[in-house]
Amino acid sequence: MNIYTADQPKKEAPGATAEDVVRHDAEPVNSAKIRKPLYEARKKIFPKRAEGRFRQFKWIVMLITLGIYYLGPWIRWDRGPFAPDQAILIDLAHRRFYFFFIEIWPQEFFFVAGLLVMAGFGLFLITSAVGRAWCGYTCPQTVWVDLFLVVERFIEGDRNARMKLDKAPWSFEKIWKRVSKHAVWLLIGVSTGGAWIFYFADAPQLLLDLWTFQAPAVAYLTIGVLTATTYVFGGLMREQVCTYMCPWPRIQGAMLDESSLTVTYNDWRGEPRTHGTKKAAAEGKVAGDCVDCNACVVVCPMGIDIRDGQQLECITCALCIDACDGVMEKLGRDKGLISYATLADYNANMALATGNGAHAINPNIVRDADGHFHDKVKHFNWKIIFRARTLLYMGVWAAVGVGLLVALLSRDRLEVNVLHDRNPQFVLESDGSIRNGFTVRILNMIPEPRVISLSLEGLEGATMKINGMDQPDSRSFDIPADPDKAVTLKVYVTVPRDQLHDDEQHFHFLAEDKSSNEHDVYKAVFNAPADVKNKDHH
Amino acid sequence: MADKHVDELSGVETTGHVWDGIRELNNPLPRWWVWTFYACIIWAFGYTIFYPAWPLLTENTKGIWNVTNRSVLKDELAVASGAQKVFVDKIAAMPVAEIVKDKSLSEFATAAGAAAFKVNCTPCHGSGAQGGVGYPNLNDNDWLWGGSAEQIYTTIAHGIRDTGDPDTRVSEMPAFGEMLKPEEIQNVAAYVADLSKQPVTSGDPAAGKEVFATNCVACHGDQAQGNRDLGAPNLSDAIWLKGSGEAAIIAQVTKPKHGVMPAWTVRLGDTTVKELAVFVHSLGGGE
Ligand code: SF4
Ligand code: SF4
Repeated sequence: MNIYTADQPKKEAPGATAEDVVRHDAEPVNSAKIRKPLYEARKKIFPKRAEGRFRQFKWIVMLITLGIYYLGPWIRWDRGPFAPDQAILIDLAHRRFYFFFIEIWPQEFFFVAGLLVMAGFGLFLITSAVGRAWCGYTCPQTVWVDLFLVVERFIEGDRNARMKLDKAPWSFEKIWKRVSKHAVWLLIGVSTGGAWIFYFADAPQLLLDLWTFQAPAVAYLTIGVLTATTYVFGGLMREQVCTYMCPWPRIQGAMLDESSLTVTYNDWRGEPRTHGTKKAAAEGKVAGDCVDCNACVVVCPMGIDIRDGQQLECITCALCIDACDGVMEKLGRDKGLISYATLADYNANMALATGNGAHAINPNIVRDADGHFHDKVKHFNWKIIFRARTLLYMGVWAAVGVGLLVALLSRDRLEVNVLHDRNPQFVLESDGSIRNGFTVRILNMIPEPRVISLSLEGLEGATMKINGMDQPDSRSFDIPADPDKAVTLKVYVTVPRDQLHDDEQHFHFLAEDKSSNEHDVYKAVFNAPADVKNKDHH
Repeated sequence: MADKHVDELSGVETTGHVWDGIRELNNPLPRWWVWTFYACIIWAFGYTIFYPAWPLLTENTKGIWNVTNRSVLKDELAVASGAQKVFVDKIAAMPVAEIVKDKSLSEFATAAGAAAFKVNCTPCHGSGAQGGVGYPNLNDNDWLWGGSAEQIYTTIAHGIRDTGDPDTRVSEMPAFGEMLKPEEIQNVAAYVADLSKQPVTSGDPAAGKEVFATNCVACHGDQAQGNRDLGAPNLSDAIWLKGSGEAAIIAQVTKPKHGVMPAWTVRLGDTTVKELAVFVHSLGGGE
């Protein structure tokens, strides 16, 4: 109790006896007796192995995602003798990103930004349509926890055996099992961190270097850090990562609407739950489909009860659907007591079962006499996925994708960039002609050597001189360009004074691969003193 | 009020605090979170042991690793100059004319020379090496003492009219104001101005040609083309160190001004002077 909540004591008349004093019926909030711990230890969760179509689907997704992650860097892709033959490679030292037939230079990073935008909209789309499918199926946290649980189950057994082992005193068996479990987990951690660094260097060579202790220190450090995070997040923290650390469960509130599919316990047919239907019938009580077997609770990797309604902790892994479907099948009842359902359908069915809230749930209302669901009961319908909101997300997602594709197919592999000397802008030569300096950068973006011709377009009378090239002044130079490299040239352009008619004359630098006709043009300006304009007057 | 208030919806006890009817749930923090917090505190103390941290009366604790931003910078500079050593050693051993021909070496020398130029040369020659009246523009192709890399190197190394260097470049145009009559000076100025196609207003170029032939050809040459051995400027071109136009020419002939450049080897060392020469040679006028 504090000043905000304390009751105002009544005023006492003077001369009252002790008996007259008002006695408050109160207990201190902060007494040692009732004080709760300020910090709570993690409550252990022992998820039971689930079986069913969603579990099946999750195994497949796990196989594909882990397969891509671990094997990705080992795929080879021939790019000729002047580029690496690794299909997926982030070459930080040379600032190149290779993805199969695509090679990205740093200035083309917008492709990666575009992919991130697509990933963002893809996530919005998936979440607004089918809820936290990302969390439930493909999030690395979920996938690796699943993998760690496979190991745990293999070594320590399923839920009951694990709980027993956890409670058991330390024995040789317990030590042996715990040690081997953590050892395998650490091994998975090491290979996870190891796979990561293979994306940044030639994988076979790096593996060899790692074994022979020739690899750079940062490689070992990265493996160490990722081993630690994989082990701690996947083995020790598990659901705590989703519940306390990840921002996505919080953001999803804004992503879901009443038409989004989420894992739902359909209490309109499940309640009131009961252990024995026959007994309930004999007592004249209504009985829902839920037999309170807690199968949905024991499989949940988040340790929650989906029957409490939608919760922040639920990652929609759908394992409780599998568990419940199994029970319903055994009992010969309709599957889908726990199912993917939209809030709109759920509310409609609830209204039906409760007579619009007039009474408690009566599951008999939702069925006809023959035990089939009433026509008014709403079931899952694929069409719900296509609505204004998701179509908008799909549209944006596809537009960005098409834009990137067009940009990719039409991009240049030969570029010329020019920087005009600003200090000085122009130089007077001894014969009176005017010279401008330029830094010209020719980008040969294919992994083959080429000869690029650099020439002047426009600017009558102008000639070029290029530092380091043994060639007399001319309007065109043949520049040898190394494969997959940029050449930087210091170019001096000189125009005789009598050919100049303005202090700012526009012209082009043209870079051209004569064998493939690929070319790029840069618009440049030639500066001269203002008095070149008046030369006719004196 | 004896019973602790329990939130109906969540079944969680509240702290008793109410704001506008909103009650605070009394959910305990996860314990690992607190461990992380303690770990951070230990880390912070460890940090103050290894790194400079605690303020004392006159200074601060140095930390047992004795690492500061300065020491880090010093180490990084040492690493950087270690990496440059390959180039620097080669530059020290090679003549400038050879350095200019070596692609990677000349690239390095140009960059190093540009840096040295910014620090040492810009006060006179300008940040773009464009010079000014009395200070030569180093971008153009007009050279008093020669524009090959080797000649530029010699000029920078020994300076011009630097009394401290026995090998310095020296040239001294006499003050013709004491030897010639004013109209002779006017005429000779008209003659040179006309040679380089500048407008002539006051003097007589034809008469000036006579004066030039008797007094000036010895140094500036019979075509007024100059002489690099003597540092005598070309008077027939468009570039005028001390200013163009008759008036400026008359002033220079009457009482010449002579610029001075220090000999740089003593101050910067031979390698840096070589780098400077390569840089200046790359500016567009190099021969
Ligand atoms: S409640 Fe069901 S869907 Fe949600 S996390 Fe638990 S098992 Fe998965
Ligand atoms: S598995 Fe099905 S029947 Fe069993 S408790 Fe869960 S919801 Fe009820």
